[in-house]
Amino acid sequence: MTSSPAIQQGVENVQGGLGISVKSVSKYYGRGSQREQVLENLDLDVAAEKFVCLLGRSGCGKSTLLNLVAGLDNPSQGSISTGGRKVGVMFQEDNLFPWLTVGGNIELALKLSHVPRPERAARVADLLETVRLPGLEKLRPHEISGGMRQRVALAKTLAQECSVLLMDEPFGALDAFTREAMHDEIERIWAERRLTILFVTHDAREAVRLADRVIVMATSPGRIDTEIDITFDRPRRSDSAESAGLATELSNHIRRPLR
Amino acid sequence: MIKPGATPTSLDSPAPLDRQSTTKRRAGARRFIPPAMAVALVFVIWQGVYLSGWRPPYVLPAPLEVVERLIEMLGQEKFWLSLSITMGRAGIGFAVAVAVGTAVGLSVAHSRLLRSAIGSLITGMQTMPSIAWFPFAILIFGLGEQAILFVIVLGAAPSIANGLISGIDEIPRNLLRNAKSMAARGASLYWHIVLPAALPGYVAGLKQGWSFAWRSLMAGELLVIIASRPSLGASLQYSREFSDTPGLMAIMLVILIVGMAVDQVFTRITAGLLHRRGLGAARS
Repeated sequence: MTSSPAIQQGVENVQGGLGISVKSVSKYYGRGSQREQVLENLDLDVAAEKFVCLLGRSGCGKSTLLNLVAGLDNPSQGSISTGGRKVGVMFQEDNLFPWLTVGGNIELALKLSHVPRPERAARVADLLETVRLPGLEKLRPHEISGGMRQRVALAKTLAQECSVLLMDEPFGALDAFTREAMHDEIERIWAERRLTILFVTHDAREAVRLADRVIVMATSPGRIDTEIDITFDRPRRSDSAESAGLATELSNHIRRPLR
Repeated sequence: MIKPGATPTSLDSPAPLDRQSTTKRRAGARRFIPPAMAVALVFVIWQGVYLSGWRPPYVLPAPLEVVERLIEMLGQEKFWLSLSITMGRAGIGFAVAVAVGTAVGLSVAHSRLLRSAIGSLITGMQTMPSIAWFPFAILIFGLGEQAILFVIVLGAAPSIANGLISGIDEIPRNLLRNAKSMAARGASLYWHIVLPAALPGYVAGLKQGWSFAWRSLMAGELLVIIASRPSLGASLQYSREFSDTPGLMAIMLVILIVGMAVDQVFTRITAGLLHRRGLGAARS
């Protein structure tokens, strides 16, 4: 990474307690009149050890922003910094390699993180315990349910020992019961491991359930609409009156005509 | 009222695996019945054609005669020598074809320049009949082992290259994205993710390559007869010259069986690969 003043500033901010720093980031495709502006001049800060949700409807660029923070793509303008912290990413699907067993998948993550061979088996067992799936090492991804697959994917991400976790609608493909259980799991793991989480969702209830702060994004081009701090006590429940009320308010806010 | 203490095993338990192994055992013995019946049917039709007198018996022998001849051949040393020489050529030729095809496939998959330069050439070569290569091969290498090897490789390598290329091309982008988010790069990405993901396509290419190799070899052995090296192809040629039709057909049976046997190996490997990844037809 070249050391432009913008990035220097970003690094300083992050070292000062910010988990993720996004400064004046724009992303567009194409040129001139054909240019498609996906993200426009975004500023976003996630403090360390906070749980922040990016909330918006499809097409608002929240997944694009996540990819930029993950380093899977580069911004057209602006800078992004995670202060040298290790970043893990979890997507909605295709997180597990079908030719490996559950244990094999997690072990590969450990191997790519340069964990020495003798330690790996114990760490795999440990990680499976953390996601409450002990003993599943020998099963293959297609032999377990969707919820279990996402938990294994989470174990795989945690195996990389990251302090920053990026999640792109990870529970979107799960049924409601499993999703609620996963909310409890991720909240617990976040607290236990003191992670910094940036979580993308289109579901206002999920955002209210999980986040310390919700950043609502608008579409075309993608930009930040509002930011709301949520101070409800933890551990939270989706069905409390105040949660439901705030969720409805947020939903109405983003449920504006499609552009 | 829901009773406390009821363990919700169904919500979270994996598929009961014992069910699969019993169906496997049952299928083991019964698996041979359909092909055995197909073979029996062919024999019956053949016997019928023989009995009808459509062709004289010295041109079209009865199936039993051919089987007797085959059993007789199995006791002859010359047969086994021919078979081993043929199989040796097949093995070496296929091995070289795998090496060449894999190298070309990897290079083309990885390099956009190479792909546009020789991508369609590879497919073109796949469609070219191997026998058309022989005059050229014989001119260059003379009537020898090298000419045969040359044609086997040219016949099989394009299929192997193409199998690897499509195996790599068809990897879902999400899978690669996931790999990259795990900090897999370059050689490590290739070894741990790209090659395993491309394996089913590659094995399909190997299977096709084998059938082309076997066919090219048989054509070669008919055209390039080396006096000191008996082979299945040479035996075919001799049988024809001496009008030994039962012998001719017995050797054709051997050629067919060998080709099918190796093909079966690839089929099994593919089925195993797909089954472990949760793909392919369900076994039940």
